[in-house]
Amino acid sequence: MSRARQFTPEEPWQAPEGEPIVRIENVTKRFGTFYAVDDISLSIHPGEFFSLLGSSGCGKTTLLRMLAGFETPTSGRIFIDGQDVTEVPPYERPVNMMFQSYALFPHMNVADNIAFGLKQDGMPRAKRNARVAEMLSLVQIEALAKRKPHQLSGGQRQRVALARALAKHPKILLLDEPLGALDKKLREQTQFELVNIQERLGITFVVVTHDQEEAMTMSSRIALMHEGRIEQVDPPRRLYEFPSTRYAAGFIGSVNLFDGYVIEQDDDQVLVQCDEADLQLQVRHSQPLVPGMAVTVALRPEKVRVLEQHDTDAPNQLRGIIKEIAYLGDVSIYHVELASGKRVQFTQSNIQALAEQPLTWDEEVLLGWSANSCGVLTE
Amino acid sequence: MKPRLPLLISILLFGYAFLYIPIVSLIVYSFNESRLVTVWGGFSTKWYGELLQNEQLLGAAWLSIRIAALTASLAVVLGTLAALALVRFRRFRGRGSLEVMVTAPLVMPEVIIGLSLLLLFVALETLTGWPAGRGMDTIVIAHTTFAMAYVAVVVQSRLAHMDLSLEEAALDLGARPLKVFFTITLPIIAPSLVAGWLLAFTLSLDDLVVASFVSGPGATTLPMVVYSSVRLGVSPEINALATIIVGLVSVAVLIAGGLLWRQERRNRLSAD
Repeated sequence: MSRARQFTPEEPWQAPEGEPIVRIENVTKRFGTFYAVDDISLSIHPGEFFSLLGSSGCGKTTLLRMLAGFETPTSGRIFIDGQDVTEVPPYERPVNMMFQSYALFPHMNVADNIAFGLKQDGMPRAKRNARVAEMLSLVQIEALAKRKPHQLSGGQRQRVALARALAKHPKILLLDEPLGALDKKLREQTQFELVNIQERLGITFVVVTHDQEEAMTMSSRIALMHEGRIEQVDPPRRLYEFPSTRYAAGFIGSVNLFDGYVIEQDDDQVLVQCDEADLQLQVRHSQPLVPGMAVTVALRPEKVRVLEQHDTDAPNQLRGIIKEIAYLGDVSIYHVELASGKRVQFTQSNIQALAEQPLTWDEEVLLGWSANSCGVLTE
Repeated sequence: MKPRLPLLISILLFGYAFLYIPIVSLIVYSFNESRLVTVWGGFSTKWYGELLQNEQLLGAAWLSIRIAALTASLAVVLGTLAALALVRFRRFRGRGSLEVMVTAPLVMPEVIIGLSLLLLFVALETLTGWPAGRGMDTIVIAHTTFAMAYVAVVVQSRLAHMDLSLEEAALDLGARPLKVFFTITLPIIAPSLVAGWLLAFTLSLDDLVVASFVSGPGATTLPMVVYSSVRLGVSPEINALATIIVGLVSVAVLIAGGLLWRQERRNRLSAD
């Protein structure tokens, strides 16, 4: 699901001396009494492929529109490349945007659409034509230069929109659901193409998406948003493996949550009493916790293994009865009911074709996982 | 579906007959030889010839066309501005009253529009000396007040369907707001402006009631001439004139309809 991306310098957000290209400081946007964006601070570094991820209404599009200049923050400042652009109108910002609807000008052909921004800068015709040709070849639609937008397919329009937004070599490219209007096959293909183009040009991309898989595939970092606030900002792998809140854990992938409280902490091992499942769970967690503190243990379904027999030394073992099985082709999902009535989900890869189903309904299984495979959530 | 087809066709024919028989009979009788309008005396185009000799009718027609063209142009400018204000600016002081004022002429009886404008012009003349008497100017102003309402409605519906992100994209690419209006918004809504212009033109050309109120001596529009001559008995010349007008109006309506249809089709295509 996630793809480790290489950076030069690696992970620019880790470097303390690196100057961010976008700095959002305590930005709030209020529509009437509704807080679309609620006191967000965020830094985005040059060359990043940064995603704003969240369900609809979480404020991600409003935040993007404030970067583009279509909305003005109610309070807070926005800096782009060190310059305060909070009050700067969209036509004077060094950013360009690719719209969800693509917003191609219907009365202009493809080449004129791409040239529009260059014309506004007063670029001479010869230079402009060269740049348009360069953009057309970048997105591989040289043959369509003279077509009108209504003569193009959805995928071709998406390419024109991308070419038009990149033509001015913006410092930052904003993309609003760039793949939202494409069908699934085309979307998967285009994801990698977008990443390749971004790496080739070295332009910072800020993408708004509601599709977690899309964000995981393309991003260097993801900001997960919820109700106008940022839940977590991390690279895809960290976001998946170490979610910091219950919302983050539940939004990305599936997760089993066990509510409980801390019994004791020994070095980086925490023992959590989980009353609803009548269990004690051992979890790796290095931040100090206070005994008695209410916490939630998060466990990804693919980290659970079916054990042959009980091992008295290993932690985190439990028995249950398989109640539901969902066969998805690549994996099967099993729902197991514990004696306490709590249900736990786990998945197994279907390694062999047409193998004898090893596990079946109403079978008792022994499940186990290591302390490293799960995490503690305090929020 | 099959058994109901004859019924459908007869309803359709009845509908067409109801709408078009009066016009067809008018056109047929314009080629009547006889002086008596209702008695067929053989085919002739002599009334068209006589029409060309009738200076009063031709003068009135020329005046009406000039008034209609001026009215349509003014109405397109004002109607478009009103539509822009109503569609693009969601909330502003006086929005409600502008909305009412723009749609009022659509439902207000013409007699009342005519009378109120007449009173206004008379009061203005006594207060400021302008307009000095009533004539073409006052007719143009009066026609513009109600024609712009129709233009505003046509343009408003086009603007409301236009994707706002088109304008935002142009801003984003570095065009200033005024430039965005002329290079993006205007070309996209142009077909509705043409349709609105033609609509305003025909409305003005057609109007008798309002013009009768606000015109003065020396400014007699075509409908006024037609109406007064019909009171003395219908002359076949009028039939000939009416036939020409029907022809012109049909062409205008076909053009306007064609433009709107093409635009609609393009929208549908780009919406897929």
